[in-house]
Amino acid sequence: MSPNLSFEQAPPISAPYRFFLTAPWFGVAAGLLLAFMGGDLLASRWVPGALAGTHLLVAGFMLQAMCGALLQFVPVATGGNIWQPGRVAAWVHPLLIIAACLLVAAFLIQHPALFMAAASGFVLALGLYGGVVGIALWRTPARGGTIAALRIALIGLLVTLGLGVTLAWGLAHPTNLPLLALTDVHAAWGLGGWGLMLLAGVAYFVVPMFQLTPAYPAWVARGVPWLLFALLLVWSLQLIGLPDGAREVVWFCGLGTAGWFGAVTLTLQNRRRRKVRDTSLLFFRTAMACLVALPFSALLFVALPEIGADPRAAVWLGVLAIVGVFVSAINGMLYKIVPFLNWLHLQRLCPPNSLPPTMHQMIPERAMRRQFYVHLVALPLLLAAVWLPVLARPAGLLFAFASAWLGVNLARAVGNYVRFKNRIRAAA
Amino acid sequence: MPILTEPLRHHHQHCDDLFVATEAAAADGDWPACQVLLTRFHDAIEDHFNSEETLLFPAFEAATGMTGGPTHMMRVEHAQMRGLLEQMQGALTARAAAAFAGAAETLLVFMQQHNMKEENILYPMCDRSLAGQTDGLDAQLRERLALP
Repeated sequence: MSPNLSFEQAPPISAPYRFFLTAPWFGVAAGLLLAFMGGDLLASRWVPGALAGTHLLVAGFMLQAMCGALLQFVPVATGGNIWQPGRVAAWVHPLLIIAACLLVAAFLIQHPALFMAAASGFVLALGLYGGVVGIALWRTPARGGTIAALRIALIGLLVTLGLGVTLAWGLAHPTNLPLLALTDVHAAWGLGGWGLMLLAGVAYFVVPMFQLTPAYPAWVARGVPWLLFALLLVWSLQLIGLPDGAREVVWFCGLGTAGWFGAVTLTLQNRRRRKVRDTSLLFFRTAMACLVALPFSALLFVALPEIGADPRAAVWLGVLAIVGVFVSAINGMLYKIVPFLNWLHLQRLCPPNSLPPTMHQMIPERAMRRQFYVHLVALPLLLAAVWLPVLARPAGLLFAFASAWLGVNLARAVGNYVRFKNRIRAAA
Repeated sequence: MPILTEPLRHHHQHCDDLFVATEAAAADGDWPACQVLLTRFHDAIEDHFNSEETLLFPAFEAATGMTGGPTHMMRVEHAQMRGLLEQMQGALTARAAAAFAGAAETLLVFMQQHNMKEENILYPMCDRSLAGQTDGLDAQLRERLALP
């Protein structure tokens, strides 16, 4: 079948929006959890509060936003046809909310049944989601760096799910499973194999498009996904045993690859032809700067072993990656995607020779810019709170505020969509 | 052998350059320069659309029999971009910086995704289906889209 190049195959606007509108409120919950529990939450990645907060962000904020974005991105960017996207979203979205809430509750009250219930929810939701998105991604004739990264990202999501379910079973039942190694492999696949891979695949497409930068060099676009994938496979071998030192080598190569991708993106953005510095660009550059900071932080922890041996060092890396890279990038991307989708869907309703209000009328630039500044203060405050527990509560409150403001800005955009749609219909 | 659609790909870059200069002039508040640049950008876009609508698309439709598919969709999107250009001109005439920026941003994102669909899907289809039977079409495209 020939592609018809139309947006008819794109999902109904409600499919991505239900995910986008939910995501920020998981960020609010994570911030409030930190504000409630205080500095203890950041003492180690293994304390229940840290695990709960982490999963509010990765299985709540990130997973919601990324699942919604991929539903929209696959048909438009790759021509892949997703089966019944509206219906799939209507099932996957609530299941993911329930599963994420159950998982967070399971960490906080350490109840075995809750772990298994959460795992069941994720299996149902991501099994369905992975199936339909996978069929679309493997059937499309499109080629190139984006499609390779998206396919590996989906594999990464399903591997993360499989490892997560194994961990949930291990936490709910007496077991001899190597839970610490499993957690490290699960986290690497989730953040590197799913999160960073999807971010790279989308960036190859949107960075040149939004800012008119040169395209990513083909060897970078193809090299980053495959190198990360190979490193993740080797990293996973720790489950059956790795030679001394190999784990550290893979760890630094992985962080180095991530930092390299961030540095390439920053360099391309510096060479952009378009000079307008919008809020979305500022968020994306913040994300890439944090990505570059990751390998340098890890090197610093090696150079200063008295700091590197502190359990807080891993928490620092986690905050830098999850809030610094992913929350920043997602926040910035939503500020481009939502106004454009509003416009795109509204223009289809307009009578001939008329157009809807422009993207800038969907979310006021001033509201986006101010929310960015709050995020820009919350991020270093969170990083500082890792080492100065007294800052944990204000950092949590400020991050909750930044996330809530994102949620309000997105809700206003949807409100404007409905308002403009009603006006167009009334005029017709 | 030269690729038939190469001049069109090249011309996308040229239009992007003119867009950037136009948007920058508006951001600087230099409305007279912005008017000159917008006119050049508008003319370049029209040359591009006309080259596709009167030369490339009819040849592709004749070769494949596909008249209601991708070329129809691209014509519809051309009309939408013409509307956005009118919005930019209206904002420029009114010296309305915010309205100009909003229309420019919308046009840019729409134009980029349009160009990507053309470059990744439609142009390769044209290059394949018109290979060896271009009847001087490549020369006409090169002439029509010759860069200054």
